[in-house]
Amino acid sequence: MTAPHDRPSAVELLEAVREWMEKDLMGGIEPRLQFHTRVAMNVLDIVSREIAMGADQLESHTALLASLGVDSDAELSQQIRNGEYDTRLLEVLERLRPVIEDKVRVANPKYLR
Amino acid sequence: MANDAEELASGIRVVMNATDVSGLRRLTGGASRETWRFNADGQDFVLQRVRKGTPGGLRTEPAVLAAAHRGGVPVPELVVDGSRREELERPFMIVRAVQGETIARKILRDDEFAGARQALPAQLGKAAASLHRISASEVEGLVNEDQIDRYKQVLDDLGEPHPVFEVAFRWLEMNRPVTTHQCIVHGDFRLGNMMVNDQGLSAVLDWELAHVGDPMEDLGWLCVRAWRFGGPHPVAGIGTYESLFDAYEEESGIRPDGHIVRWWETLGTLKWGIMCITQASAHLSGMARSHELAAIGRRVCENEYDLLELLTLENS
Repeated sequence: MTAPHDRPSAVELLEAVREWMEKDLMGGIEPRLQFHTRVAMNVLDIVSREIAMGADQLESHTALLASLGVDSDAELSQQIRNGEYDTRLLEVLERLRPVIEDKVRVANPKYLR
Repeated sequence: MANDAEELASGIRVVMNATDVSGLRRLTGGASRETWRFNADGQDFVLQRVRKGTPGGLRTEPAVLAAAHRGGVPVPELVVDGSRREELERPFMIVRAVQGETIARKILRDDEFAGARQALPAQLGKAAASLHRISASEVEGLVNEDQIDRYKQVLDDLGEPHPVFEVAFRWLEMNRPVTTHQCIVHGDFRLGNMMVNDQGLSAVLDWELAHVGDPMEDLGWLCVRAWRFGGPHPVAGIGTYESLFDAYEEESGIRPDGHIVRWWETLGTLKWGIMCITQASAHLSGMARSHELAAIGRRVCENEYDLLELLTLENS
């Protein structure tokens, strides 16, 4: 919960809407809309997880970029394209792994092996 | 709309030389096509027509479909090539309807497709091998472009750099395999574009992206994790690389090289990652507002994750 707001918190509000979709809405609509509703519920889940984990993940991402001596993904991308990492492509991949896993953890945690 | 459909039905009567056209109804189509189903003199057909206001025609698709049919690839039979005809206002083609299911999740999970799942990996290998035997010169006007250059350009135009994608581009450039031969490739050879019945593959659909290229492109694309739809195995979620390669070799006499297929699978994963950005941007730009397209934007990282796995595996 984030001051100055009252409860429900942002995540609790998303949960409330999601529960209504799952328990009430889904039962009364045609299959095509059920599919799109499932997509919508999935979107709410992504937002909930991002609210829960986003701040820590931003910190890790910023720290990673700093440790590689760049300010942004764009700058790192340019260096890689210029060939500056050609002899250590796997090394830079391993450095990027925690950040990518963070993204998947928010977007679709079941995808992680 | 009713008038449009009536007008279309009478146009179909003319091009099919049919006395009775009935049951005309529109199915969901792609971004540039509309798809209709109908019955003419007691038989079922599918019409594909270029959407109003869409530039370009059907291009090479009817010619590719006909060549694939001659080559023994299971495809819907082309009945009318309307790519240069004007009776239906816009370029079109009519094929005989094929019965079956295209929805990947049903094919992978429903009981009625249990037998199909056993047969599919080998059938896909055989279909690909038959297609790849066709000479590239058999169809005129097919695109032949470097996929790496093309997708680098697409990514740059989107303006959303991703370090993992850049690593993948560099790795692909530094490890580019020697092309065995150039042939017609389907270009979107994957579950979702396959019509499947209880016996397995009944037709390869959606030849819109056919082009000239390396035959292993189709096998790699088939194995991209997104096209496994949650299934545990590399080939369409249900088969092993070996089962695919065995069938391909039996039909063509050529054993696919696993490393080359993995190179194309890696490029395919990179391509799908970039396509996810493209789809989300169609929503963000206002071209096609849709929460489904928006959500696909958050699937980009699945491909970054898969690239981590693929590149680590291929270099260990």
